[in-house]
Amino acid sequence: MSRVEIRISGFGGQGVILAGIILGRAAALHDGKDATLTQSFGPEARGGACSAQVVLSRERNLYPCVIRPDILVVMSQPAYEKHIGEVGAGALVLYEENLVDPVDLPKECQAYGIPATRFAEDIGRKMVLNIIMLGFVTALSDVVSAQAVKKAVAESVPRGTQRLNEDAFNRGYTYGLSLKKKNDEAE
Amino acid sequence: MGADPQGVLTGVHFLDGDHACCEGAIAAGCRAAFGYPITPSTEIVERIALRLPLVGGVFVQMEDEIASSIAIQGAAWGGKKVITVTSGPGMSLMMEHVGLAAMTETPCVFVNVQRGGPSTGLPTLPAQGDMMQARWGSHGDYEIIAISPNSPQECFDLTVHAFNLSERYRVPVLIMMDESVGHMTERVTIPHAEQIEVESRRLPEGPKEEYLPFAPGENLVPPMAPVGEGYRFHVTGLTHNEKGYPVMSPDVQDHLVRRLLDKIRLNAEDIAMVEEDQIQDADVVLVAYGITSRVVLRTLHLAREKGLKVGVFRPVVVWPFPEKRLRELAERVKAFVVVELNYGQVVLEVERIVGGRVPTVLVPHGGGALHNPEDILRVVEEAW
Repeated sequence: MSRVEIRISGFGGQGVILAGIILGRAAALHDGKDATLTQSFGPEARGGACSAQVVLSRERNLYPCVIRPDILVVMSQPAYEKHIGEVGAGALVLYEENLVDPVDLPKECQAYGIPATRFAEDIGRKMVLNIIMLGFVTALSDVVSAQAVKKAVAESVPRGTQRLNEDAFNRGYTYGLSLKKKNDEAE
Repeated sequence: MGADPQGVLTGVHFLDGDHACCEGAIAAGCRAAFGYPITPSTEIVERIALRLPLVGGVFVQMEDEIASSIAIQGAAWGGKKVITVTSGPGMSLMMEHVGLAAMTETPCVFVNVQRGGPSTGLPTLPAQGDMMQARWGSHGDYEIIAISPNSPQECFDLTVHAFNLSERYRVPVLIMMDESVGHMTERVTIPHAEQIEVESRRLPEGPKEEYLPFAPGENLVPPMAPVGEGYRFHVTGLTHNEKGYPVMSPDVQDHLVRRLLDKIRLNAEDIAMVEEDQIQDADVVLVAYGITSRVVLRTLHLAREKGLKVGVFRPVVVWPFPEKRLRELAERVKAFVVVELNYGQVVLEVERIVGGRVPTVLVPHGGGALHNPEDILRVVEEAW
């Protein structure tokens, strides 16, 4: 695919923008792709609607907007309801299953849920939710390599939290791979 | 001349436009910044506050934008390269000092990361509604230079260029970003220091006692002496003679203000910077700057797929407008379609230059989002 549009969306404070930055960084600096991250958020520091748009392409990426996401990652019900209408046939929808009820999911898209909040609580820090989601995205999509994302996570999180974030990434990644395997077997 | 390696973060980065602008300023040799944080330009201030002290510079968070825009000018006369950073509401407050910098020929750089207006408008969302304010916002007759980057890489490159132009012409240069470019993150390559072209301030030559601080030199621009090195000079916003002393006469007014205008107008071709795409055979030319110039490239692609001969004309330096090139195009194309995130600003300049030779159509947008490329395409199709 020459151009991939990704939208990551949720509440402000969930690390939505950082997740976008890490994904873009992985692609742009470690996977040799062109990546553009744009962000939308309200004036509130916490709790408002928040969205990161990442466009990946093999060539110079000029048009920066996401219009029809190939991958939609949602971490809140309002984010799901706001953006689910944007996805087209073949899109990948990834959601936090304790926070999102995927009602009226378009039939042609592939959807996977993950209890990322519970995983984050198991790990001991609720704030790694976004990194778990990133691991999940990496496992279920083929747009960036796990190696690149891991490297970008380590470069982007506060010093001293690298191990914690690596665990979080691995937790989401492993869970994603297990769902993928189950799905492949069912097919 | 190359940049001071101490300030250059050579390497490949994943940076947003705001941070890239900050790195451009430091690479250009900026060592003094004054500001008052405002969304969506806050990230520039945050980074410059962190970075400048590491390279021997100074950042002061001032009490407001008015103080910031005058403090930079004091530092400039002290010999520093200077910057202040804001968004529309702050730019409104700084406008008085844009005029002062134009009158006193103080090299300085203002960054306006535009958001929706008027007033406090849309703090976190993009617009291009301050383009005419940049050109005309202060009182009296004066000229400035305004540059509109469309990517984080350009936020770096064109900030360096903005400093060079401000030193070359002793003029305030406005970097007209917008929220979308400021908060857009992409790969940014920062070259080695010696590969970055940096212009330094042109200092006076000859005996100090004969120095006339406002006597025109090369390109009508007076050489500028730093404070404290034995040169006598006087700086005032009042109409002044070549010594810098106030003279309230129509002759001195004409002599001074005409030179302030001419040093930019007569050098407009040196300052002009345009980017063109598929313009050779174009019947309809899309005119756009800043972030919108990337949106119209999508329209260009859609139009060419339909076999429509469309091209793109992008003024990278918006003020002074690249008049000569647009006039050439007006002789051979069928229509211009101007796309901007406002209800019609730069289109007025395009209409003036095209002079009715061919139709000029505006695709307006109030801001808060970017144009939909397909909406633009519909206007292009109607322009035939």
